[in-house]
Amino acid sequence: MDNLLAARFTMGLSLAFHIIFACIGMTMPFLMVVSHWMYLKRKDETYLRLTKTWSKGVAIFFAIGAVSGTALSFELGLLWPGFMKHAGAIIGMPFSWEGTAFFIEAICLGLFLYGWNKLNPYVHWAAGLMVGVSGVLSGVFVITANAWMNSPAGFDWVNGQAINIDPWKAMFNDAWISQSSHMIIGAFEATAFAVAGLHAILLLKRKNNLLHKRAMIIALAIGSVAAVLQPLSGDFSAKDVAKRQPIKLAAMEGQFETEKGAGLTIGGIPNEEKRITEYGIKIPKALSFLAYGNFEAEVKGLNDFPKEEWPPVATTHIAFQIMVASGTFLAAAGILFWILWLKKKEWLLHRKFLILAAVSAPLGFIALEAGWMVTEVGRQPWIIYKILTTAESVTPVPGQVFHLLIFIISYLILSFVAVWLMRRQIKALDENITEEQLKTAE
Amino acid sequence: MLYVVIIFLLASVYLYCLLGGADFGAGIIELFTRGKNKKLTRAVITKAIAPIWEANHMWLIITIVILFNAFPAIYAQISITLYIPLILLLVGIILRGTAFTFRHYDAIKDNSQEVYSRIFAVSSFIVSFFLGMLIGAVVSGKMMMHPTGFWESYLNPWLNLFSISTGLFITTIFAFTASVFLIGDNSDEILMPELIRKSKINSLIMVTAGAFVFLASIIEGIGFDRSFISNPFSLTFIALATIALPLLWKAIETRKIWQARIIAGAQLLFIISAFYSVYFPKIVIFKDAESLTLFNSAAPAVTINLLAWALLIGSLLIFPALFYLLRVFKRKENNDPL
Ligand code: HDD
Ligand code: HEM
Ligand code: HEM
Repeated sequence: MDNLLAARFTMGLSLAFHIIFACIGMTMPFLMVVSHWMYLKRKDETYLRLTKTWSKGVAIFFAIGAVSGTALSFELGLLWPGFMKHAGAIIGMPFSWEGTAFFIEAICLGLFLYGWNKLNPYVHWAAGLMVGVSGVLSGVFVITANAWMNSPAGFDWVNGQAINIDPWKAMFNDAWISQSSHMIIGAFEATAFAVAGLHAILLLKRKNNLLHKRAMIIALAIGSVAAVLQPLSGDFSAKDVAKRQPIKLAAMEGQFETEKGAGLTIGGIPNEEKRITEYGIKIPKALSFLAYGNFEAEVKGLNDFPKEEWPPVATTHIAFQIMVASGTFLAAAGILFWILWLKKKEWLLHRKFLILAAVSAPLGFIALEAGWMVTEVGRQPWIIYKILTTAESVTPVPGQVFHLLIFIISYLILSFVAVWLMRRQIKALDENITEEQLKTAE
Repeated sequence: MLYVVIIFLLASVYLYCLLGGADFGAGIIELFTRGKNKKLTRAVITKAIAPIWEANHMWLIITIVILFNAFPAIYAQISITLYIPLILLLVGIILRGTAFTFRHYDAIKDNSQEVYSRIFAVSSFIVSFFLGMLIGAVVSGKMMMHPTGFWESYLNPWLNLFSISTGLFITTIFAFTASVFLIGDNSDEILMPELIRKSKINSLIMVTAGAFVFLASIIEGIGFDRSFISNPFSLTFIALATIALPLLWKAIETRKIWQARIIAGAQLLFIISAFYSVYFPKIVIFKDAESLTLFNSAAPAVTINLLAWALLIGSLLIFPALFYLLRVFKRKENNDPL
């Protein structure tokens, strides 16, 4: 495997790994805060137990998020020194704020986890809230850096050097709003559905356990709102991509021809050799409408761009389809949840609904990873769109495969241990359920 | 404004060595504790660092962020030349942080505790060693702007006697700070004399390792020894550090916990300052080119100004929160409810 390819894999792997824990870190504090609040208001022990149970999970995941994030901040330089040399001065600012936000997050997490019986209950609760707030803020900051790679701003590129640097303009580039809002909503959606699904599975095993029931409801209440908002936000993102990166849009849609009134391809496999997308279903004129809000608008196809500037079309297209399909499914599940909640609450504990929730559990994270593939693979061959290529910025250090292998092994082990630890938490939880609680549940 | 950024950079390195270092040192102490004291030591360590290790660890992130925002050329150069030790450092950081958390939060306490502990202790040692080695490597003057071959490019800059000796030195410093800090967290009377004995021994080991750095410099012909002796700042700082040693022992004997901690912290500051006085403002010293200094590789003024403001405002938020955290958890009566 050549160095560039290995470095790209390593970067993608590290980010794909980190993002899971980052999303959990952004969302779980809010779930905990809701449950903790219910406990403070109602003094119902189940909520207290739920909060503590969740907080142990968060502590474990947070540690993995923190170390994988640390690895990333080194890897940016280790893998892409040519990029960081230019980008550091331009887009380093949001990273420094991100650092501040992490710091607050880590401090508040310490206070929250170890502050039981030490802090005033409301100060304690607020510490939990701050963990979530600073987590979301740090997420927004880091996304502005990624948005800048897609939509560079705040400097002039002269003879391979950046001059007239303006970090504010760089940070508030054209893509930051669409990307960060879509990302944050996605984080809530993915984590909340995963949590809800987990508790649904446990409910299938242990009928009517009050703790799992409440956990599932809290998670679904939050997740369903995110799920309904996400397609709207995704549409906003797509319109944004159409404006700033038409070639990425073309790859996402598998659109080779430039067309007026272009149709939307659903499914299908793009064939770069033959320059067509095969086996897809076309919805007439829908793409023009979705991208530009006008059924007759012209959509640029890949054929209008030199072949060297094409991203891997099939990967981008298929990843996009996976994201949209999962998003649509989850939005429907979210709407169903609200209907049942308002009309037929008891059906929420029906076997069929629980199975639906269990099936939805991985979909949010699948969509999230797929969405990142769209954004990152769809930007290739550029690391900074239209400014610097990935090949120009990769490290000269040979033997990148070893780095890749070391990280694959480490992350596999970590994932394995994390899953194993969660199972042990659940086992311990199961063993501790008292007769008392089973009674109240019925 | 550049000075503000430089102060924050040096301060965060120092704070990482002090606070993060004390956490690493705790792991190192655990590594070298045998027999019946092992369990007790482990308990003290967990109690002492569990609530704060993530926050302590943040000083490393701050250091990195300042480096790549304000001194991107230095960050890029270090990333290339010291690639291998950096990767090893990262693996160590990943293992250490997760093993420690897993040990604490695993719902079922069985044999796996031993495994976590082992990983935690060994990787604490590895991380400290590589950190120290990196510090030595950047100033060892073995880096080259235009190297030829793998040895010159990626190995020799850190695989030399001087870097290895700084690696060992940093490790002993961390163990020493940790042993002083742990005395304050311990409430077990059986363990107490043991910890006091350890902190004294560790201070002696540290001094020996420091002498070894000099020796390595002479053997490798790096010139650190001569520059050190002729530099008035270095001499003053090292004199201060030496004077502090008997004071520290006295504070430990009389169980003045906070006094001991503050003296140990000051001592670390003196040692690091003595070392860096020789080099300031150089960061990366090349064999075949001008050094990269904090001045010649700084980012444009706009970037520096914005970063300085971000750091100033950020520290207004961080320091009070941090003091609050320490106040809540470093009080004497401590129990872990989870
Ligand atoms: C729970 C996760 C999730 C779900 C259900 C969706 N997305 Fe998404 N999407 C993401 C999670 C995500 C993401 C992982 O968060 C991305 C990657 C980069 C970003 O900013 O968000 C993303 C990127 C992304 C992009 C590329 C943005 C860019 O390159 O700047 C577009 C056009 C869409 N999405 C559109 C949609 C549409 C039309 C959806 C319809 C249902 C949808 N997404 C559901
Ligand atoms: C966390 C979610 C993210 C995921 C899953 C992700 C995924 C990926 C993938 C798969 C690649 C390799 C693309 C290829 O070479 O084909 C990549 C590249 C890269 N990403 Fe991301 N990314 C994420 C967020 C970010 C963010 C927030 C940043 C920057 C602040 C970033 C910076 C980079 C860089 C520098 C590269 C290497 C250059 C390149 O291949 O273009 N990524 N990412
Ligand atoms: C889409 C991309 C990303 C998002 C949304 C994101 C968000 C987060 C969040 C919420 C955390 C808190 C940790 C937790 O709660 O588990 C975190 C941790 C961290 N992230 Fe990321 N991150 C992203 C990518 C990156 C990248 C590209 C870097 C490196 C430059 C990075 C560096 C870090 C660091 C250093 C930490 C540890 C902070 C700590 O100890 O609290 N992240 N990230």
